[in-house]
Amino acid sequence: MSDSAIHAHELTRRFGDFTAVDRISFEVETGEVFGFLGANGAGKTTAIRMLIGLLQPSGGAARVAGHDLATESEAVKRSIGYMSQRFSLYEDLTPRENIRLYGGIYGLTRDEIRQRTEQMLARLGFSEVADIAVRSLPLGWRQKLAFSVALVHQPRIVFLDEPTSGVDPLTRRQFWGLIYDAASAGTTVLVTTHYMDEAEYCDRISIMVAGRIAAMGTPVALKTQFAVDSIDELFVRLARPEPPA
Amino acid sequence: MSATAHPARTAPDQPAVQVEQLQKRFALAHRSPGEGGIVALDKVSFTVEHGELFGFIGPDGAGKTTLFRLLVSLLVPDGGRATVLGLEVVHNYRALRPRVGYMAGRFSLYPDLSVEENLRFFASVFGTTIDREFEQIKPIYTQLQPFRDRRAAALSGGMKQKLALCCALVHRPDILFLDEPTTGVDAVSRREFWDLLGVLKRSGLTTIVSTPYMDEATRCDRVALIHHGKLLGIDTPSDIAAAFGRPLLAVRETARYKALLALRTYEHVHSVYPFGDVMHYTDAREDAPVARIVEDVKTFLFAHGFAGASVEPLAPTVEDSFIARTEGAP
Repeated sequence: MSDSAIHAHELTRRFGDFTAVDRISFEVETGEVFGFLGANGAGKTTAIRMLIGLLQPSGGAARVAGHDLATESEAVKRSIGYMSQRFSLYEDLTPRENIRLYGGIYGLTRDEIRQRTEQMLARLGFSEVADIAVRSLPLGWRQKLAFSVALVHQPRIVFLDEPTSGVDPLTRRQFWGLIYDAASAGTTVLVTTHYMDEAEYCDRISIMVAGRIAAMGTPVALKTQFAVDSIDELFVRLARPEPPA
Repeated sequence: MSATAHPARTAPDQPAVQVEQLQKRFALAHRSPGEGGIVALDKVSFTVEHGELFGFIGPDGAGKTTLFRLLVSLLVPDGGRATVLGLEVVHNYRALRPRVGYMAGRFSLYPDLSVEENLRFFASVFGTTIDREFEQIKPIYTQLQPFRDRRAAALSGGMKQKLALCCALVHRPDILFLDEPTTGVDAVSRREFWDLLGVLKRSGLTTIVSTPYMDEATRCDRVALIHHGKLLGIDTPSDIAAAFGRPLLAVRETARYKALLALRTYEHVHSVYPFGDVMHYTDAREDAPVARIVEDVKTFLFAHGFAGASVEPLAPTVEDSFIARTEGAP
């Protein structure tokens, strides 16, 4: 489909003899919330690094936000937002300064930056903490801000790598509210998580096992297909076909 | 799998850990609000009995790591008092340290050493050998053995944590402190790690473990919920869940997010949150019978175009309780 946000075909990455990502093919539609799951070491991070143009594929092809990964990786980078669990914001800067910095990096005009800064701070309810260092904010607040900053240039797709890791249960749910808001405004979301309840919040999910996509579909369809009660149960079954003695 | 019981672990007259009004403040960098830095730990008191598997459940930044560092004598408190194995942590730290096993939140083994070399190193630091302590570490070591020659850096997240646990156990400690051993670890490896803690518990070892994952609470004998440096409650997981205090309903609807937004506008709503494939709903009316609330919510959803929604009562979890106790907090 030409208007899909991500179209990966037999995407592969080898490191020496080791194949980290082994011919994965999938499509993500515009405005979809796509959960990209897998055990530690299954190849998720390698796949994401290829999709955001940071790592050259060893084989296969992908179009991201309408751009070819192999020939237009700079255009890909401009069309996407990225937020990881670890790096996201400059902790010595304030929320306002972080938004302005990223707005500048992505080439927004001064007016656009001013306008979006105010919009974002208001929407996050950050007016009282707009001018204090990010490092003194609770983690959940930082993650909500980091998500907004990843959207500052209004990317077509945003990649979220474990955005809610270690975040309290209430803020985790507020964060998913932000994800749904972005998706309903047409932003495509690809998200990884170790919280299996969050897998259920996605429109569709894929589960990677040893470099391959072992299952893909809507959470409801997958539970029916594998006759399990939860995605947690499915994850365990796929990731450990034979549990250790 | 078996682990031998420890003669030293027979319970003396003091609890394994006793903490009273423990407090720790940290100064902050410039441009921080308020005075005197942040209070990482705010007058915390609790007791852990010998042989307990005791969990601190709370998000990043709640104060878990500060608490653990105070208890293993790596930090000095600003106020209050703590004893571990009957030893006061500030003054008796020399006697305490050899008897404590501590796994730090950040992976702190030698990445360039192999599995075997790391283990041998930690054994020798405490004046012992792998062979001598084999019974103690056997349940974990058997899982690591296939990778014994692999560099620690090349292990998967779950295996790294198992190795760190093994290293924390190799000197046969009388009490184990595990600071977020399952953070960043996938759902399957997390399960396996807790299975190992179950094995250690059966050997009589007192274990104190922290985690941001609410679902892990059920693996503990007792848990303390911790948020913003304060304890929100200490009890068995089932009693923490049972103390939820309101009728809880599970709402199932295909158009979940739309239904969630609609329910938030309902005149009697107290809270509604997504929980896996359902939504958890509580009602603001204190004295309404559950059956009445179920019918009212169904009626509301039907009137708002969610004809296929199902609504039924549900037993609350530790996570529900945690959310209820943190609502309205900053």
